[in-house]
Amino acid sequence: MTDSITITHLNKIFTSPDGGTVAAVKDVSLEIGAGKLVTLLGPSGCGKTTLLRMIAGFEEPTSGDILFGARRMNDVPPNRRDTGMVFQSYAIFPHLDVFENVAFGLRLRRLAATEIQTRVSRVLEQTGLGGYARRSPNQLSGGQQQRVALARCIVMEPRVLLFDEPLSNLDAKLREQMRVEIRELQQRVGITSIYVTHDQVEAMSISDEIVIMNAGAVEQRGAPQVIYARPASRFVADFIGKANFVDASVLDAATVDVAGNRVTLADMPATPAGARVTLVIRPEAVRLSRESGTLTGTVRRAMFLGNVAEYLIAVDGVGDWLVDSPNPAETGVFEVGRRIFISLSPASVHVLPT
Amino acid sequence: MARDARAELRFLARDPLLFALLAAVVLAIAVFVVYPLVCVLLASVQHDGSWSVAGYLELAERRLYRNALLNSLSVGVLVGVLGVAIGYLAAFVLTRLDVPGKTILHYVTILPIVSPPFVSAVSILFLFGFNGLVTRQLFGLDNFSIYGFHGVVLSQVFTFAPIAYLSLRGVLASISPTLEDAALNIGATRWQTFCKVSLPLSLPGIAGAFLIVFIESMADFGNPLVLAGAAFPMLAPQAYLEITGSFNLSRGATLAIVLLIPSLTAFAIQRSYLAKRQYITVTGKPSASTSKIVSVPVKWVLYGIVVAFALLVAAFYAVILLGAFTKVWGFNYAPTLAHFAYVFDVGLQSVQDTLIVAVVSTPVSGLLGMLVAFLVVRRTFPGRTALEFGAILPFAVPGTVVGIGYILAFNAPPLILTGTLAILVLCFVFRYMPVGIQSGIAVLRQIDPSIEEAAQNLGADGLTTFRKVTLPLIAPAFFSGLVYAFVRAMTAISAAIFLVSANWNLMTVQILNQVGSGRLGVAAAFSVLVIAIVLIAIALIGAFVDRWSHHTAMVRHA
Repeated sequence: MTDSITITHLNKIFTSPDGGTVAAVKDVSLEIGAGKLVTLLGPSGCGKTTLLRMIAGFEEPTSGDILFGARRMNDVPPNRRDTGMVFQSYAIFPHLDVFENVAFGLRLRRLAATEIQTRVSRVLEQTGLGGYARRSPNQLSGGQQQRVALARCIVMEPRVLLFDEPLSNLDAKLREQMRVEIRELQQRVGITSIYVTHDQVEAMSISDEIVIMNAGAVEQRGAPQVIYARPASRFVADFIGKANFVDASVLDAATVDVAGNRVTLADMPATPAGARVTLVIRPEAVRLSRESGTLTGTVRRAMFLGNVAEYLIAVDGVGDWLVDSPNPAETGVFEVGRRIFISLSPASVHVLPT
Repeated sequence: MARDARAELRFLARDPLLFALLAAVVLAIAVFVVYPLVCVLLASVQHDGSWSVAGYLELAERRLYRNALLNSLSVGVLVGVLGVAIGYLAAFVLTRLDVPGKTILHYVTILPIVSPPFVSAVSILFLFGFNGLVTRQLFGLDNFSIYGFHGVVLSQVFTFAPIAYLSLRGVLASISPTLEDAALNIGATRWQTFCKVSLPLSLPGIAGAFLIVFIESMADFGNPLVLAGAAFPMLAPQAYLEITGSFNLSRGATLAIVLLIPSLTAFAIQRSYLAKRQYITVTGKPSASTSKIVSVPVKWVLYGIVVAFALLVAAFYAVILLGAFTKVWGFNYAPTLAHFAYVFDVGLQSVQDTLIVAVVSTPVSGLLGMLVAFLVVRRTFPGRTALEFGAILPFAVPGTVVGIGYILAFNAPPLILTGTLAILVLCFVFRYMPVGIQSGIAVLRQIDPSIEEAAQNLGADGLTTFRKVTLPLIAPAFFSGLVYAFVRAMTAISAAIFLVSANWNLMTVQILNQVGSGRLGVAAAFSVLVIAIVLIAIALIGAFVDRWSHHTAMVRHA
């Protein structure tokens, strides 16, 4: 029932009214396995929504192919693609009640009234909308409207589910709750899904795989852990989570020189001695201590956030680093101005060629 | 660019039904809007098979035609200024001031919009004509003549000021009064606030309203025909007289082109320049709507003026109603039903014909208008702007020009339509579509396109999306499009007068004929009937659109 999605050398070039051209999507090739949930993640304007809209059939690719399973979809109009799309604005039909919104697609298929009744009721139960069938959309909260939009897609049992920043209009608490619900529902129905977002936490929590996009092209794809721990570029490292970028030069196969200090790393790529590299150091990979460490520095700013203490440390000879220390309620918070020792956990530092 | 166009067409062609419909709409607009205009233009520069501008030179040489142009222009400008002044005042008082009876004043003020455009001309004859109630009975004037410049201006101001009022009402309502509060708050006087804030903000709207009234005045046919008189020639009736009186099609066409130029210029300015300069300050936040920039005495003076205008409008209609039941106005004021008896006896055929034409053309015009709005806003295809322009163009083309264009275009093969029901229906469909299109476009631009994309995503093709989602969403625009089309179909005269025949005649033409033969009572009776039908129809259309958009919402066990 569900399909893998294959995208090969896809390009989308927009012509602006003054005759100039903008490449919104540049030579993107992707394979998405059947039943997987893949996130397209990137800043606004990176082409992720354009890519999604091409898959849904709302935009025409300038070149390249889109395949569902083995079938080329380029010439199939959006209403025949059998995709279910959840829109950023939900796009609930305001003139129809909840039941009719969900039944809309089934009615177009001219199913028997009893089957429509059964299927809609089942999906409304699944999405927690059981008691709201006859409500008008404007009587629903944002989260409920979101569920209607989702139910309206699920009920069609589409080959592909497409999500266009579906949670961006919800408040933080509801967003967390809904992303758990979406993930659980997607795994239960097992439909291949593409999820567009600019929120990296959302992307990491929900996806089998993340595709990072920048300026129309794919920067990196991989499982959330891989993307976080082994970013392929400075852009990816910066976009996913926080990172300190530190210039270093290679000494041998396991050590680098950082401002005159020898730092040992666990996972050095093969780089000739003397080469310049950039270390990607996550704030939580840095340990602060009163007693000992590889580097020294001064506390410039300290913020107690509950689960972590967030510091800005002026590292001697290097520059300012962001540092997160866990469990500060127990270990205490270093006061601003204090001299401090700094060490790195070797396995958590990632090396990028400069 | 050409490749883009081809790609767009290929994309659109994946929805064959919608594509076919688009092609049909484009073809229809080419044939029934553009082609007749081209015919008029060709007829004006072709004489006995050869090309020449002799017709225009002749017009320039003869005083009659020079005067007709000057008269039409000066009437248009003066009516524009007066109409906008009254319209602005009424809009300001009725939207911004805390005064009693706003609703009733609103309806009385817009009454002229739903009646035949020359009802006020008939009223004026009743009041100020040779046997007028005011001029003859009240003041005993023997040598006063209402015919000429002042008569036409008076009548047109009453006819068109309500249009300015409606358009300015929208403009004023969209300007937040909090801006005035802000100006007063930082120390501006009321007069400064008005001159530096309120007026500049509404200036594009004022200019737009002026141009609309100017276009309407130039195009007006009924009022000048009744009130201009022989000594005061005007373009629209002159073109008509050339064709029906002297059978000089070519000169009629030349006059039509001369008439078309100022109207098209005004239209072009209105669309290209003003449309981009509307200051809309709607924030979605509720704001107190009463203005503090007029002092209490000024408020009551302004209110008095608006009430006076409304009373005059009411008086005009009261006179029509009285006239319809009065034996011989000016001589014998005994009540009678004879005029209505005449209408339902001799005139019954034209009542039926008018109703058939209006009932057939209204839904077609309304639906087509919404479809064009949908295509223009929601689809990209080469020539989209041209389609929008072509569809809205009839708004700016005086009916006289359209009428002449239709008899030139459809009196010879390949399409012979003269004398049929079809020519009247087609003329009305395309002539009265623009208002629906414009409000459809405005409403649609406010609606998130992903609602319609969602319908497509769920399996609806373009036409189904239009029918099941777009149309219910733009029901208010659909309603105003239908009402406008029906009202205009019932009250049209300028184009229709060229297209009526022995088989298909219209009430408005009857009214004009009765005025021409001096039977004002019968004309009044016809007018009363037209107004009554229009009011009933507006109520029916409202109920229908209401029930239908409700019905779509309630379909459950279909």
